[in-house]
Amino acid sequence: MTTAPDTTEPARPFSPPQRPLLDVEHLTMRFGGLVAVDDVSFAAAPGDITAIIGPNGAGKTTVFNCLTGFYRPSVGRLALRGNGREYLLERMECHDIARAGMARTFQSIRLFPRMSAFENLVVAQHNKLMRASGYTVFGLLGTRSYAEAEAGAVELARYWLEKIGLVDRADDDAGNLAYGQQRRLEIARAMCTEPLLLCLDEPAAGLNPRESAELEELLLFVRERHDVGILLIEHDMSVVMKISDRIVVLDHGRKIADGTPAAVRGAPAVIRAYLGEADGADTDTHTRADTRRDAGMGA
Amino acid sequence: MTDATAPPPSAPGPFHVRGALKEAGLAAFVMLGLSLALIGARIDDVSGGLAVRWRPFDVLAAVVVAFLGRLGLAFLRAGRPAPVALASGLSCAALAPLLAVSATGGGAADWARTALPFSGFAVNVLVLVVVVVLALRAGLAWRFGARAGARARAGAPGAETMDRLASVARRAAVHAVPVLLLAAVLFPFLPFADRRILDIAILVVTYVMLGWGLNIVVGLAGLLDLGYVAFYAVGAYAYALLATEMGLGFWLCLPFAGVMAALAGVLLGFPVLRLRGDYLAIVTLGFGEMIRIVLLNWYEVTNGPDGISGIPKPTFFGLPFVRSPPEGTESFHTFFGLAYAPIDRIVFLYYVILAMALITNQFTLRIRKLPVGRAWEALREDETASRSLGINPRNTKLTAFGIGAMFAGFAGSFFATRQGFISPESFVFIESAVILAIVVLGGMGSQVGVVLAAVLLIGLPEIFRDLQEFRMLAFGATMVLIMTWRPRGLLAHREPTIRLSGKGAVRR
Ligand SMILES: Nc1ncnc2c1ncn2[C@@H]1O[C@H](COP(=O)(O)OP(=O)(O)OP(=O)(O)O)[C@@H](O)[C@H]1O
Ligand SMILES: [Mg+2]
Repeated sequence: MTTAPDTTEPARPFSPPQRPLLDVEHLTMRFGGLVAVDDVSFAAAPGDITAIIGPNGAGKTTVFNCLTGFYRPSVGRLALRGNGREYLLERMECHDIARAGMARTFQSIRLFPRMSAFENLVVAQHNKLMRASGYTVFGLLGTRSYAEAEAGAVELARYWLEKIGLVDRADDDAGNLAYGQQRRLEIARAMCTEPLLLCLDEPAAGLNPRESAELEELLLFVRERHDVGILLIEHDMSVVMKISDRIVVLDHGRKIADGTPAAVRGAPAVIRAYLGEADGADTDTHTRADTRRDAGMGA
Repeated sequence: MTDATAPPPSAPGPFHVRGALKEAGLAAFVMLGLSLALIGARIDDVSGGLAVRWRPFDVLAAVVVAFLGRLGLAFLRAGRPAPVALASGLSCAALAPLLAVSATGGGAADWARTALPFSGFAVNVLVLVVVVVLALRAGLAWRFGARAGARARAGAPGAETMDRLASVARRAAVHAVPVLLLAAVLFPFLPFADRRILDIAILVVTYVMLGWGLNIVVGLAGLLDLGYVAFYAVGAYAYALLATEMGLGFWLCLPFAGVMAALAGVLLGFPVLRLRGDYLAIVTLGFGEMIRIVLLNWYEVTNGPDGISGIPKPTFFGLPFVRSPPEGTESFHTFFGLAYAPIDRIVFLYYVILAMALITNQFTLRIRKLPVGRAWEALREDETASRSLGINPRNTKLTAFGIGAMFAGFAGSFFATRQGFISPESFVFIESAVILAIVVLGGMGSQVGVVLAAVLLIGLPEIFRDLQEFRMLAFGATMVLIMTWRPRGLLAHREPTIRLSGKGAVRR
């Protein structure tokens, strides 16, 4: 990363050609007196990687929790569009939001540790399989249609296991995998729900540089080959700057910048948020970003 | 528990006599507290009421045994088996003949009884067993030195052995299951299977079925349910009332009783959906008691504490098991041209409960591999993650409660028909606790483990009924031992519901 204009920047138009995949309007989340997210609006285009960055406690995870139904927003309208439908997320329950096409990973990995990696990916296809099993009745009878649906689920799980390079560990307990493998497995599990929008909460946290590079590759692959938008919370600025199409910057719950990586990197408000008032030199963003990445490793 | 910094086993480690004495003193103190109430005061039935008889010598004996035992263990740990071996060997030599003499009649026996540490015969046997074990361990350590000493020092030498045993059992399970099944099917025809043994077997299989049913709720869905016996009661009362009030037969009522129990399960499941862990356990415990109290007080319907009697026995496709059937009908033995044998009915009951238990087992094994079963396990592992994958926690938990309760309902109607009489007495909290203990001790989720635990916890105490009040003590001791040796249960091992490669892999 340098101050010179980045020639490797993907040449994508800023304004999305169709209606955005996700619309967040005036999202506010209060916890008692604390305003964790304060009137934040942004949009995510289909097929884009939209990064959400900001210092610790900026409210990034809270935005995810509102989007995925774990928190009910105090104010705001959250719309997810896809499959020719529009879902108003702020009124829906967590599992219904997931069914509508929202998948997520967690800042602290949340796999099913005593189930195998393979099972983790099959469980993720719960709703599809539940319908195919006639809500268990056909499944108990062992009908052909259910067997076919299960075979399909197995194929999808195998596909993702191959993608994340865990085929040979497929039948091991997820809890026994290495940290980096668990991170990748969690992403694969989210993808197995066949989502419209994939929300990743600090997927590179705790990864070594090689694993980080693999992760970048995986995310780019997901975006290229699968019709899915990605929301990415990440402290590792090298990852963010390299792969995101658009960056939303939060600080103390407020949105302070929103634009292409190049535009955000130069924005004075962002530099101030990350460096405090004293520093202003653009080159320092680089060092600061690296420091933050190091800090993120320990998280 | 192995101490990595421990000195090499060959050299006796530093031995702190004061530390050992302190430990032993502590053990003695704990024993004093326990034995004062348990052993010290015995309530006797004397003419004109009850009287407390104090037994200070028993308490003293218990305290001394605890002190010496703990001291002996400390010596063993420190790699000094010689004094322990000598002392325990001598005690053995003294205790065993005394015990033998005390079991005979006559004056010598009276003398022997006063010389023995405790007044209860069984307790003395228990003490002897402990001393023998101690002597053996010390003797081995003395004789073979280093290796045995190191093992003795490893803290819990049983753990390793049990792990090996469990993995052997796991591997053997593939072959053992058909053998066990065959044994279960042929059981009534084995030479020693008299009426008493068969009755015990029926009881054990009933608990196996209840264990398998509760396993769905606790082992798979991870919902700690302490009120499971309530659904057993609902099934029993549903059948008893239908049979006595409407004259319906067992087989007709069975599905209905299951449905009733499942409904009760879902109804009671609703309010506790948001609770987890300890809170869930307490509330389910409360619900279990509520059902029992309703049964106790709803006199018009349940006949209150008097219970329901005259519950009809099940029939073999309409053929009753009676010596002389009413005019114009046939009974089992006349139809098949056999001589009447009262045991036929018991054998039949045995097969009924065996079939019901096996159905429960097969159902569980199947449903575990279906989406709903995997969702149960996912919820047990991480509810938040499950919700983010579109699993509806409410419906999924309710199905677990409902299906688990349904099997308790089936078992309940069987209980009613076998006993012929039910009252709220049969559905007290301790039953829930025993069923839960079977599931936990067997190893959460392990089907064979449940069988093993049921045999251990139900079968053995029944067989050792002669131990009288020490039966429950032995029950508790078994639980404590199993939990220290194998905190995750006897056969805790989870097989994935689906495999990508290896044995049982999905075909491409
Ligand atoms: N459930 C909650 N109850 C009360 N306060 C909360 C809750 N969740 C989040 N907060 C507060 O909201 C603020 C934003 O938290 P959030 O987790 O969204 O930050 P973040 O941007 O994800 O930070 P990090 O980079 O450390 O993950 C914090 O001050 C946090 O303490
Ligand atoms: Mg966060």
